[in-house]
Amino acid sequence: MSVFDGFKFRSISSPIHQLDPRAKFVYVCVLFAVAIMFNNIIPLLILFLIQIPIVFMAKVQKEWMRSMKGSAVFAIMIFAVNLLSLYFYAGHETFTSILERSLAMTVRFIVLVQSFSIFFLTTSPDMLGLALEQSGVPYELCFAFTTAVRFVPVLAEEAQTIIDAQKSRGLEIESGNFLRRIRNYIPILIPLIVNAIRRSLELAETMESRAWGACENRTNLYVLKIKTNDLLLILFSLLLLTVSIYVSIHVYIPPLTSLLM
Amino acid sequence: MIIVENLYFTYPNGVEALSGVNLRIEDGEFVAIMGQNGAGKTTLVKHMNGLLKPTRGRVLVDGIDTRRVSVARLARKVGLVFQNPDHQLFSETVEEEISFALKNFGYDEKTIKERVDWALNMLNLERYRRISPFMLSGGEKKRVALASVLAWDPKIIILDEPTIGQDYMQKEKLRQFILQLNQQGKTIVVVTHDVEFVAECNPRIILMKQGKIIASGEAEEILTNEDLVKEAYVALPEIAKLFKCLEEYGFPRNVIDVYEAADLIYKRLRARNERI
Ligand SMILES: Nc1ncnc2c1ncn2[C@@H]1O[C@H](COP(=O)(O)OP(=O)(O)OP(=O)(O)O)[C@@H](O)[C@H]1O
Ligand SMILES: [Mg+2]
Repeated sequence: MSVFDGFKFRSISSPIHQLDPRAKFVYVCVLFAVAIMFNNIIPLLILFLIQIPIVFMAKVQKEWMRSMKGSAVFAIMIFAVNLLSLYFYAGHETFTSILERSLAMTVRFIVLVQSFSIFFLTTSPDMLGLALEQSGVPYELCFAFTTAVRFVPVLAEEAQTIIDAQKSRGLEIESGNFLRRIRNYIPILIPLIVNAIRRSLELAETMESRAWGACENRTNLYVLKIKTNDLLLILFSLLLLTVSIYVSIHVYIPPLTSLLM
Repeated sequence: MIIVENLYFTYPNGVEALSGVNLRIEDGEFVAIMGQNGAGKTTLVKHMNGLLKPTRGRVLVDGIDTRRVSVARLARKVGLVFQNPDHQLFSETVEEEISFALKNFGYDEKTIKERVDWALNMLNLERYRRISPFMLSGGEKKRVALASVLAWDPKIIILDEPTIGQDYMQKEKLRQFILQLNQQGKTIVVVTHDVEFVAECNPRIILMKQGKIIASGEAEEILTNEDLVKEAYVALPEIAKLFKCLEEYGFPRNVIDVYEAADLIYKRLRARNERI
């Protein structure tokens, strides 16, 4: 639950929240591309650090920490797997360089999670749907998308209530052998699925009764416009991309350890 | 016996739902918890079977600290019936639904059958025995949920909003049933907004507001105290409203029972007729 909170939209007013979702999307894509471009720890650390002022500008430090804490388990796993596999298969490398490369992979993962987290924390599902719509995606699909996103927290909350109700009837989820444990989830999954289906049918009915799809050409109250700040972010992203491509081709990046020594 | 000592609870998202609750529920007592939406009633009762553990303070059930034992162990003593039956029904038949908890608690086949029969009978669900619980109406589902908890005969029974969606007949039956259980020595805790239902049951009332208990006492005192009731966003029962209007004619104020009210009015009328 708390990990999800690190990716759930927080409705507050900040310069980052007001950015156009499309501009933020470009930024996230660029970050992804750049993070995958480099294997060295220094550029990856830089990527990690440049996002921290953004987190503070968006006033989502607490939620961002949640997502970071939540991904820590995976980060450690990635680190361990990298370390072990490099240790056993890489052969001629020194231990410090293996360590550094495993760390780099871990930081890369963290950067990816971080940019996702920032994007979803600061972009409301409605705005995202609007962005999709203005990019020419049919309205039905946009609507399905925003509805799905919106119902995730509802479903999570409902799952918790169902778990509580079944625990009150003596269900011990964590007990028994492997098969038994899987079977323990049946009393939770069935009500959850039944309720989800029922809710979707009810949603369809309420939408029909509120004349969904009555007019052919639907207009929006809000129209997204690219503003100066959005342009700046896009420019920054493109700059970051070009510099990164240039650096990755022409510049030798020293390992962190050699700099430290 | 349930003892709640200086209980504070904050949900993971930072909402402080309970702030300093002190409460003592004796064995065999009948208590109704009332108060506005979001006052923390459900949060409080979820502490009584250990589903939620105190952030600060403690909850003792028969002397056992709820933090020390699993929900499954506490549940044998404390049966909690949830607000919404859709959150628990999952079996193919009503019968299986009711036997679920009994199986979890490890009762043998014979006892399970006896207890299921008893519960079905008690709640007038005999004819739905082999029907899927999903086919039932809202009120019937609620009764199945209730039966599935009563079946293991817990000593303390907590009902969250039991009267929602019940027609008059079922409500009346439920009331009789609750009183009967109470007479058999069960401790009953009801969370409800249904002030008329409470007025007829006449339990001890606990009023909650914003995570705190603002009053506790006999129904006749609490439910006729207009300021208190208003503060907790609870309505006065109809009889209490009537007697508030009649106060200036010398009627007592703390009446909530229909029969008592009828009696008082009847006596007054007769006295007047005799004078004429
Ligand atoms: N799972 C949860 N996560 C976060 N906050 C919650 C959760 N459940 C309840 N709350 C919050 O805790 C407070 C108390 O809620 P609770 O459900 O205990 O109220 P209640 O008195 O039972 O209300 P109602 O009469 O509507 O059933 C509310 O402010 C609610 O928003
Ligand atoms: Mg409630």
